[in-house]
Amino acid sequence: MEVKRERLRPGAKAPGLPGSSRDLRVQSLNPSQLLRGGDLEGANHPAHLEGTELERYVEERMLTTTLDSAVAWARSNAFFPLAFGLACCAMEQFHAAGPRMDIGRFGFEAFRASPRQADLIILAGRVSIKMAPIIRRLYDQMLEPKWAISMGACCSSMGVFNNYALVPADKFMPIDVHVPGCPPRPESLMHGVLKLRKMVQDDPDMGWRDRYDARGTEEIVADTSAGAAQDGAGGEQDPLPTTLHGMTSPPEDHDA
Amino acid sequence: MPDATGLELIAHELGDTVVETAYFRERATLQIDPAAIRATLEHLRGQGYTLLVSVHGVDYYPEEPRLGVYYELLDMSRVDRIAVKLRVPLDSPEVDSVTDAWPTANHQEREIYDMFGVVFRGHPDLRRILMPEDYEGHPQRRDFPIGGEPVIFTYDEAKWLESRA
Repeated sequence: MEVKRERLRPGAKAPGLPGSSRDLRVQSLNPSQLLRGGDLEGANHPAHLEGTELERYVEERMLTTTLDSAVAWARSNAFFPLAFGLACCAMEQFHAAGPRMDIGRFGFEAFRASPRQADLIILAGRVSIKMAPIIRRLYDQMLEPKWAISMGACCSSMGVFNNYALVPADKFMPIDVHVPGCPPRPESLMHGVLKLRKMVQDDPDMGWRDRYDARGTEEIVADTSAGAAQDGAGGEQDPLPTTLHGMTSPPEDHDA
Repeated sequence: MPDATGLELIAHELGDTVVETAYFRERATLQIDPAAIRATLEHLRGQGYTLLVSVHGVDYYPEEPRLGVYYELLDMSRVDRIAVKLRVPLDSPEVDSVTDAWPTANHQEREIYDMFGVVFRGHPDLRRILMPEDYEGHPQRRDFPIGGEPVIFTYDEAKWLESRA
C-alpha cells in the first residue's frame, strides 16, 4: 500500500471544504522533503543552489571540530565529582547540588562514592595534616583525566585555622581551581565549577601540571597473585603502593 | 560549690599536700603537690565528688613550674563542683595517671600529652591522640610557633621552584 503524505500551502483552505479547488495545492512529499519543511520551491532551496551560494549554504549548516575538542566538550559537561566533604564548606557544596542552585544543569550532579569512578574532587573544608595523606591517596586513586577544586579559604591558605593543625591543599596535591570564601556560597562553587568547565574546554592550564610533575600519579594496585606466581616468593606482598611518585612535596619550613 | 570556708575545711583535711587554695567567683580550686594527685582525688571521691568531669592542660609560660594539669570534679547529688590543679616543671613533666580509677581520663590525658607534653605515669596507652604519631613538638605550648606554613601561590612559586632545584 502506498502512503501518500500531503501538505497544504500556507493559507490554503482545508481539503474537503467547499471552495475553489485551484487554491488547494496538493503535493506528494518524501520523508527527507518533509524534514526540510517541504519547501521545494524558491531560489533558496539547496537543490537550486550552485557554486558559492551552495558552499555558503553548507558552511552555515555544518560544524567542524577536532576529536579533542569534542571529547573535552563532552567531559566538561559531565563531571563526576567525588562525594567528599571535609567541614562546613561541604554544607554549601550540598546546596550547590540541591534544587536551588542545581549544578545538575551543567552535568555535575552525579556525585560518585568511589574515587575510581570520579574525575573531580572538591576539597570542601579544612585539611588537617593527619588527613592530607588520605586525601592525596584518594586523589591518586582517581583515574586520569582528573581535576581538583579547592573550596574555601582553609583549603587554599588555611584561613582562620592558620596554625599547627592544617596544611593548604597546594602543598600535597595539584589544584585546578581555587574557590575563595569562608565558606563560599553555592553560587561561588558553581562559578568555580563553570570556570573549571571553561578550563577543560579550552585547556588553558598554562603548563602547571608539567611544572608540578602532576601527571601520571595514579595509584595502581599491583596484582599480587600474578606477582607471587612469577617470582615464586611466598612472602606477603604489600598490595598498596608505599611511595607516591610524581609530585614531590615542598620543603618543610616547620621549626618545631 | 563549697564556699570559701568549706574549701578551707577540705584543704585542712588534705593537710600538707595542698599548696594553695583559691576561691574566685564562686569557683573553688585546690592546688596540690603533683605527687599527691591520686590520694587527693580519692579523698574527694569519698567526700561525694564522684564524677571526673574534665582533665585539661595549661601552659603558664614563662612562669615555672610551667605546665599545669587541671582536674574538674562534680558531686552529682549536691550539684557541687571543685577543681584540683597541679603544676609540673618543664624539665620533668610527669604526673601519675588516674586512668585506672577514672576511665574518662584516658583520652583526656592522652590529649594533654599530645598538646602539652605532660607525661602520665602508668597510663595504659600514652600515644598522641590528635596529631600524627610522627609529629614533633607539643603544639599547644605557648612557645610553639603560632603561624602555619607559608602557602605556595603563584607569586612565590619561582622561589619555591628554586629551592627545589
